[in-house]
Amino acid sequence: MLAFIIRRLIQAVIVMVVVSLIAFLMFRFVGDPINQMVGIETSVEQREALRERLGLNDPLILQFWYFISSAAQGDFGVSYQFRQPVADLLAARMPATLELSFVSALFALLVGIPMGVYTGLNRGTALSNIFLSVSLIGISLPVFLIGILLIFVFAVNLQWLPSFGRGQVVDLGWWTTGFLTASGLKALILPAITLGLFQMTLIMRLVRSEMMEVLRTDYIRFARARGLSARAVNFGHALKNTLVPVITITGLQLGSVIAFAIITETVFQWPGMGLLFIQAVQNVDIPIMAAYLMLIAFLFVIINLLVDLLYVAVDPRIRLTGRSA
Amino acid sequence: MTGESAREPVLSVRNLRVEFPTRNGVLTAIDDVSFDVAPGEVLGVVGESGAGKSITGTSIIGLLDPPGRIAGGEIRLEGRRIDNLPMTEMRKIRGRRIGMVFQDPLTSLNPLYTVGRQLTETIRTHLGLGRRAAMDRAVALLDEVGIPAARRRIDAYPHQFSGGMRQRVVIALALAADPVLVIADEPTTALDVSVQAQVINVLKRMCREHGASVMLITHDMGVIAETADRVAVMYAGRIAEIGPVRQVVQHPLHPYTVGLMGSIPKLDHNEPRLRQIPGSMPRLDSIPPGCAFNPRCPQAFARCMLERPEPIPKGAARVACWLHANEEVVA
Repeated sequence: MLAFIIRRLIQAVIVMVVVSLIAFLMFRFVGDPINQMVGIETSVEQREALRERLGLNDPLILQFWYFISSAAQGDFGVSYQFRQPVADLLAARMPATLELSFVSALFALLVGIPMGVYTGLNRGTALSNIFLSVSLIGISLPVFLIGILLIFVFAVNLQWLPSFGRGQVVDLGWWTTGFLTASGLKALILPAITLGLFQMTLIMRLVRSEMMEVLRTDYIRFARARGLSARAVNFGHALKNTLVPVITITGLQLGSVIAFAIITETVFQWPGMGLLFIQAVQNVDIPIMAAYLMLIAFLFVIINLLVDLLYVAVDPRIRLTGRSA
Repeated sequence: MTGESAREPVLSVRNLRVEFPTRNGVLTAIDDVSFDVAPGEVLGVVGESGAGKSITGTSIIGLLDPPGRIAGGEIRLEGRRIDNLPMTEMRKIRGRRIGMVFQDPLTSLNPLYTVGRQLTETIRTHLGLGRRAAMDRAVALLDEVGIPAARRRIDAYPHQFSGGMRQRVVIALALAADPVLVIADEPTTALDVSVQAQVINVLKRMCREHGASVMLITHDMGVIAETADRVAVMYAGRIAEIGPVRQVVQHPLHPYTVGLMGSIPKLDHNEPRLRQIPGSMPRLDSIPPGCAFNPRCPQAFARCMLERPEPIPKGAARVACWLHANEEVVA
């Protein structure tokens, strides 16, 4: 078990090194960083002096080492457009994005799994067909369109919910949260549905097909033949067996929810990292882009690590192979 | 009727008919099947694949896969009719009054739960025991089916057991609530030949000790000959012949049974080629009129093509064959 975790951790470190290499190379691809830092009236000598001072004449491998070691300490340099440390900018925006992603994922799971179980158990009923049709919409409509439609209906026409922003937030010093105020919670609803709808329909369809698969297995027939209650058979035996693929997909999707919050954040002007990233792209603010890339990669790695550990918790067969390997 | 005990049968199936509606019309998988299982008796059910053996078993326990349905006849357990019970009532019979053993022990157990959890779950559902008492009973059952160090192994997962050991666990599960009848559907087919005999012996001993009758579904005549008291030979959804196992094995009456016995290889005869019955069993959608066996029967005559034979009592047996009709009329 310990060996399993250590192996996974080593893999995670390798992934992070590769990603930081890509982030590092981004600085080189998008032209000379000196040009982006100084004005056109700067002389060649001054440029050379700056280049020397910033260590840009050092060998590439040494520069990469500086980059990685400072990134590991949370120093991603200074944003070109804001003239502030990138780490501070991201830290200020992170709570907004993480809260939104968390609520979306929760919405996707809490609605998607029951709908999947229901449609898997009750094939062909009217309600199942309605769920399936709705899920088709969720899977095929692009996110920005869903967002705009929701704004149109609930913010513009009905005026129930705000169309942009986080509402009132409470600053806890290290974290700003929208969970503690009514307007903050109301502001979360539309973006969370927009961001989570695709994942919800995906999870629902996955659970449905897995349930149908599992219900055909011998151990479910045997569980029925032993006279167990429908609840014990469907939830105790069948649903638990669908969990391994559901955990995999949910984990991967949680990563995508955070990464693709960009679109939702743009539509709803949500003050999160995605919005910051879009601004960075428009202004060729490489330090922010590089840091964002590494942060998202880091979140993916963490989530995948948790998913692996969850497998072990759910399926005893993995536990054993993990130990023997 | 000497073969069928004078006591009330545990299971009584009368004129059972099972149909599968399909796009191309209704297929009749079981057609007019009647038999009894006496208390403590082992009834063997043999036949080729698709003869309707397993469907007979699943329709008794009420777990026919849709769209299959019981279209006629009745099934009585200890005199009480069970083929038309509502779901909740039937659930109290499954596992409690009728235990079931399936073919493949590797897939019959839920891989995510320990065998102890699966046993106690069944015991507590039916017997209403407390956690501790259910655990003790589970350990006792595992011990009875011959799992070494049962107390320790109870927390093991199914994948930590071999195939034979898993089938023993399945037998323990089937008998967890002391049912009156165990339906064993090909319990040894998926097992290694070397453990088949052990598992059959465990099944037989457990059912005898717990006072359960057995309906043993198999296509292995050898298992039937050693284990069963009576045997029903099924062909194309009908019972061709049913009677005491000794009589059916040594003096088969139905030409199909004769062919079946003839196709068992014998150790003391050195035959260059295994004997077989020519042709194959008809598909459900093309069962010929008259006797279903008539296209393959070496002794078929005109009447077999036209009229369907009803089971005719013949000594302790019943046989559905026109060859045996005349004597009966004379007698």
